[in-house]
Amino acid sequence: MADKSSSNAYWKANVRIITISLAIWFVASFGLGIILRPMLKGISVGGADLGFWMAQNGSIYVFLVLIFAYAARMNKLDREHGVEE
Amino acid sequence: MDQFTLNLIVVGITFAIYIGIAVWARAGSTSEFYAAGQGVHPVLNGMATGADWMSAASFISMAGIIAMAGAGGYEQSAFLMGWTGGYVLLALLLAPYLRKFGKFTVPEFIGDRFYSGGARLLAVICLIVISVTYVIGQMRGVGVTFGRFLEVSTDTGLYIGAAIVFAYAVFGGMKGITYTQVAQYVVLIIAYTIPAIFISMQLTGNFFPQLGLIGSYAPGGGDVAFLAKLDQVVTELGFRAYTSDSMNMFNMFLFTMSLMIGTAGLPHVIIRFFTVPKVADARSSAGWALVFIALLYTVAPAVGSMARLNLTTTMWPNAVAGNALDGDAISRAEIDSNPNLNWVRTWETTGLLAMEDKNGDGLIQYYNDKSEAMNAIAAERGWAGNELTKVDNDMMVLANPEIAQLPGWVIALVAAGALAAALSTAAGLLLAISSAISHDLIKGSINPNISEKGEMLAARISMAFAIVVATYLGLNPPGFAAQTVALAFGLAAATIFPVLMMGIFSKRINKEGAIAGMLVGLVFTAVYIFIYKGWFFIPGTNNLEDIPANYMFGISPLSIGTVGAVLNFATAYIVSGATKEPPVEVQDLVESIRIPKGAGAATHH
Repeated sequence: MADKSSSNAYWKANVRIITISLAIWFVASFGLGIILRPMLKGISVGGADLGFWMAQNGSIYVFLVLIFAYAARMNKLDREHGVEE
Repeated sequence: MDQFTLNLIVVGITFAIYIGIAVWARAGSTSEFYAAGQGVHPVLNGMATGADWMSAASFISMAGIIAMAGAGGYEQSAFLMGWTGGYVLLALLLAPYLRKFGKFTVPEFIGDRFYSGGARLLAVICLIVISVTYVIGQMRGVGVTFGRFLEVSTDTGLYIGAAIVFAYAVFGGMKGITYTQVAQYVVLIIAYTIPAIFISMQLTGNFFPQLGLIGSYAPGGGDVAFLAKLDQVVTELGFRAYTSDSMNMFNMFLFTMSLMIGTAGLPHVIIRFFTVPKVADARSSAGWALVFIALLYTVAPAVGSMARLNLTTTMWPNAVAGNALDGDAISRAEIDSNPNLNWVRTWETTGLLAMEDKNGDGLIQYYNDKSEAMNAIAAERGWAGNELTKVDNDMMVLANPEIAQLPGWVIALVAAGALAAALSTAAGLLLAISSAISHDLIKGSINPNISEKGEMLAARISMAFAIVVATYLGLNPPGFAAQTVALAFGLAAATIFPVLMMGIFSKRINKEGAIAGMLVGLVFTAVYIFIYKGWFFIPGTNNLEDIPANYMFGISPLSIGTVGAVLNFATAYIVSGATKEPPVEVQDLVESIRIPKGAGAATHH
């Protein structure tokens, strides 16, 4: 196993990536899809508004990109800290 | 060849495939039985997770629930976001660490991390309550689907389904279940997508239903957006617009959150990520799972809304090119003679669709007779109430192949797809239940010295026992199956998810905190649901009527899991702060699961 200070740095970097990812997760679904929908009625997406489309389809695409981006960044981080399998 | 024979052939072929896989993927060790030998490719595991996750409710009911909702389709987006967003939480917060831990069950992690047999036992109780309530709905789904397509009674259908699951789950364990789920995924996604593509082509000219949803309405000339057309037609008939705002944004928020963290806390979903070889695979596999789930979930709102517009324009032919009420409603004679409307008669015979010419004018007026404005129009025109007296939600998916005039084998494929969805979810749940019994209860506390061979036998007997109990409960469900699923999500959100997350992300949460947190989450959530839905779902035992006016701060029992989770987190932090910190070796355990290196070595114990 890597030494203590290196593994602390690894964990801190991981938590930082998770926090940013969850902020995007929240904004895409609860933000644009629910809370901000009434304010964004002006932006239309094919017969309805942006909030409607985010809630029915858009947020799911964001989730997909988020997970794969997280997996890729973590693979890179694992290698940088020498903790990959 | 008639439709019934075709259904039998297609369903028969898929069942033969599942049994064949079961024989090929027979489990030879406990590692194979519980975790498929931890050798499943992440993409295949993603596919299996998709089938495991998408139940009969996702396949048959969800599109209709969204499309036919009284408040409009938008509010029901909670299901779409909630049942997919949970995978982000799984990938980021739970799956990689639990895979690194490298053992077989969720309670086992809770027991080791919180150095307590009591915590493990409490986790087993939560797991069994969650999974048993969830499996009841699946067993009903199997019975109902058989009943509908193979012309047997619901009970007989349930027995046949249970026997098939028995064949591959008892012998194959997780290994057999995983590879049958891969096959079941392929069947269900083809069955769902083909009719959706044809409907989307007909209504919007778009091959992809996802684009059709935001495309333009082709039969009306193409200059009106599809969703605008749908809103226009349904509001004309007195219904709330499909894209209307939520009736209660706060509750929609909590409901979505409850479904998300409930999804991430469902034991039968979590254990799927124990089957991949590496920590990095657990992360990417959650992404693949969501790819395969999204293929259905992004199509579902299109399927539902298109089916609803189809139904509405069928009832009001003038609505296709203009305003519904400028022309007459469809006549009974037209429905009985037009070969394009065969599907209406087919579904009338099943009872999912019903109409009654109340005013005896030979026309079938479909409108919202609870709307004041509509009743004024109705009085003026001599209507005597809505004459399309029943439209079952499930029709929005099941009738599509006939509406789109697709050949009989597509209809048969939809039957096989619905069965695949129900069977694959039931099998995953049964594995979670049986491994909690054989690994956590028998090996973990009753008889720790049991041999590998003895544990295998115990696992198979537990699986058989779980199937028998699930079959019995499927035959005699307590209350409505749909309500019990609300309990499963609420409890998973309020118990399993918080305790796992704190166990990974905090070194300070100790045994006392975890147990207190789980207890508070469990009791609070269950009691709140029981108050409105009846104690243990026994009809008539509810203390308050299940209507929004009675809800605490307007929070429905379906959304309460979020509050339960917050209480769990808060209780665990306060209690842990007041008691002494976990021993050094537990803190070392937390350190080790945070580092991917060495997962392969940790698997054997």
